[in-house]
Amino acid sequence: MAKISLENVKHSYLKRPRTPEDWALKKLDLEWSDGGAYALLGPSGCGKTTLLNIISGLVRPTEGKVLFDDVDLTERPTDRRHIAQVFQFPVVYDTMTVRENLAFPLRNRGLKASEIEQKVEAIAHMLDLDEMLPRRASGLTADGKQKISLGRGLVRSDVNVIMFDEPLTVIDPHLKWQLRSKLKELHQRTRRTMIYVTHDQTEALTFAEKVVVMHEGRVVQVGSPVELFERPRHTFVGHFIGSPGMNILPCEVSGGGVHFAGRRVEVENPPRGSLAGRHTELGVRPEFVLLAEQGIPVNIVKVSDAGRYRIVEARCEESRIKLLLEEGVSLPASNAAVRFDPAHTRLYADGQLLE
Amino acid sequence: MTLELRNVVKSVGAQTHIHETNLRLAKGGFNILLGTTLAGKTTLMQLMAGLEQPSGGEVWFDGKNVTAVAVQKRNVSMVYQQFINYPNLSVFENIASPLRVAGMGRAEIKERVHRIAELVRIAPMLARRPGELSGGQQQRTALARALVKDADLVLLDEPLANLDFKLREELRDELPKLFVNRHSVVVFATTDPMDALLLGGHTATLREGRITQFGPTAQVYHRPADLVTAQVFSNPPINTASVSKRAGHVVLSDTVQWLATPELRELPDGTYLVGIRPHHISPVANGTGSTRLDGKVQITELSGSESTIHFQHGPLHWVSQSHGIHAVEVGTTIQLFIDVDRCMYFSAEGKLVA
Repeated sequence: MAKISLENVKHSYLKRPRTPEDWALKKLDLEWSDGGAYALLGPSGCGKTTLLNIISGLVRPTEGKVLFDDVDLTERPTDRRHIAQVFQFPVVYDTMTVRENLAFPLRNRGLKASEIEQKVEAIAHMLDLDEMLPRRASGLTADGKQKISLGRGLVRSDVNVIMFDEPLTVIDPHLKWQLRSKLKELHQRTRRTMIYVTHDQTEALTFAEKVVVMHEGRVVQVGSPVELFERPRHTFVGHFIGSPGMNILPCEVSGGGVHFAGRRVEVENPPRGSLAGRHTELGVRPEFVLLAEQGIPVNIVKVSDAGRYRIVEARCEESRIKLLLEEGVSLPASNAAVRFDPAHTRLYADGQLLE
Repeated sequence: MTLELRNVVKSVGAQTHIHETNLRLAKGGFNILLGTTLAGKTTLMQLMAGLEQPSGGEVWFDGKNVTAVAVQKRNVSMVYQQFINYPNLSVFENIASPLRVAGMGRAEIKERVHRIAELVRIAPMLARRPGELSGGQQQRTALARALVKDADLVLLDEPLANLDFKLREELRDELPKLFVNRHSVVVFATTDPMDALLLGGHTATLREGRITQFGPTAQVYHRPADLVTAQVFSNPPINTASVSKRAGHVVLSDTVQWLATPELRELPDGTYLVGIRPHHISPVANGTGSTRLDGKVQITELSGSESTIHFQHGPLHWVSQSHGIHAVEVGTTIQLFIDVDRCMYFSAEGKLVA
């Protein structure tokens, strides 16, 4: 196990990058501490797979260094970095039994048969695969195969980090839940460093202690699930995390106050200096938009029943505002108005949270 | 337009893939087929399209028996989870191809292709070839091609499954708007209960080749006819247990019981199954309908806005899902509260009784 650091890492797939767009990764400094559960979250094309491949050694960065426990490994090939990887599609040896699959990495390392036996049994037990051990891997379901891929990483004691690249893509939602819980439990029990790459916020937030959010080749925020939800430092994070995402509304700042649709709005981070010439926006999550007797008048255009709550889409001038309604709460038949919870309404300038 | 399956059965050898099914789907609004992998969603769609012949029963479209009509003559468009494009044509031509085949005028083709490309966010890519696009963009190209023509029957087989989370969320919002003024019957298969809820319309829940219920989506969710339907339509899984009802009370365990609802009180004493959705169990007491139970925490998941707690109560392994952040230690025993006014009760055979 190891601490992993990226120092001034930049990467371009082009020979001579010129414009900022030519860089798949724009200058990164990141540290992953030993034993942490991390998620790397962002939409397709944000650079997360490039970053994963740089850590694993499949891609050599154009600039910067990769260090494991402060040792520079930038030039070291993948097979000498002691990394276990779980991919979108399970990789198992179909002709082998589950037992042989799990034992494979240990046999390769020349461990004694008795030791292999003991380790395989222990891992199989953790993964609830005990009864499957004598079976052929080819007969397993997708989630069973994915557990084997993971088990082959867990069974080794020389692994620095286990990396998951969208590992639940081929798994049914009701099994995703179980496998995600299993992963989390395994992390808590083994305290291996795990990095989980996904575009799915639910997967990232439920699995990770720290989430690294990427957007257009940059890390826009690193934080706990609570921090990302409560205090997004970039409008992109506000929109990307949470379903539905944060409402991002145009606003005007004048006379020290923030105004939306001609009304003054209280924010958690009032402006201190001049914001002249900057593009200002309000960020407020649907959870913190409340129906009010008096407030900002809106037209309700759509109500969707999401089961445990309803998603209400309202319009105010040109802006679309979403809010959530608990089960059993009724909507006004006409003259709806909303207010924003001041403790959870924030001001952004050029996409960045004002701090 | 309507699509009807009349006593349709599909068997292969000794195996029945689709048990006798009667279903009537109308235009306007989505018709969702909700079920896990291998529940029979794809087979059902292939029967609707005419790609598979039923072993028994008939398929009717708009009052005509089309069981024997070839798929090419049915004006169907279908999107699969795995998408296919023409590699040597531009994205524009890929999307336009069904319109060209139909002999549509140039200006209209252009207008339609652009509109649909905007919707699925590939408008800047129209001049490129599919090979130059990312996987997600290729999928959207194929989706656009299937949606661009006015088919009588549109079959969407998990079309959002491989897309980015946020794009899925947006398309769930946008897709229904696309069909508002069209005459098509739209069928959408998914494994995800949230897709069904947010796309609205009607939902058929499937398990093991059988439709367990069909009706307006919200109704199927809030008033499932049986326990199987409630299970298919719940993610995380619905909590279930055997309870005994006696002297106006519901007894879950030695320590947990509550007053029966008026509806349940009408029923004879005895054993029932209770179904409690995860969001009706919370670490915070909520009003008068709350009944306390102790749970030993097994797993906790915080998703930013919600806490999910997997816990054990006696032999029961249950899940609670609640708003806000409730950081609880694994291994400890905590207090949880059941919103007993929202419990569902089923007979021993699994039929909803109260």
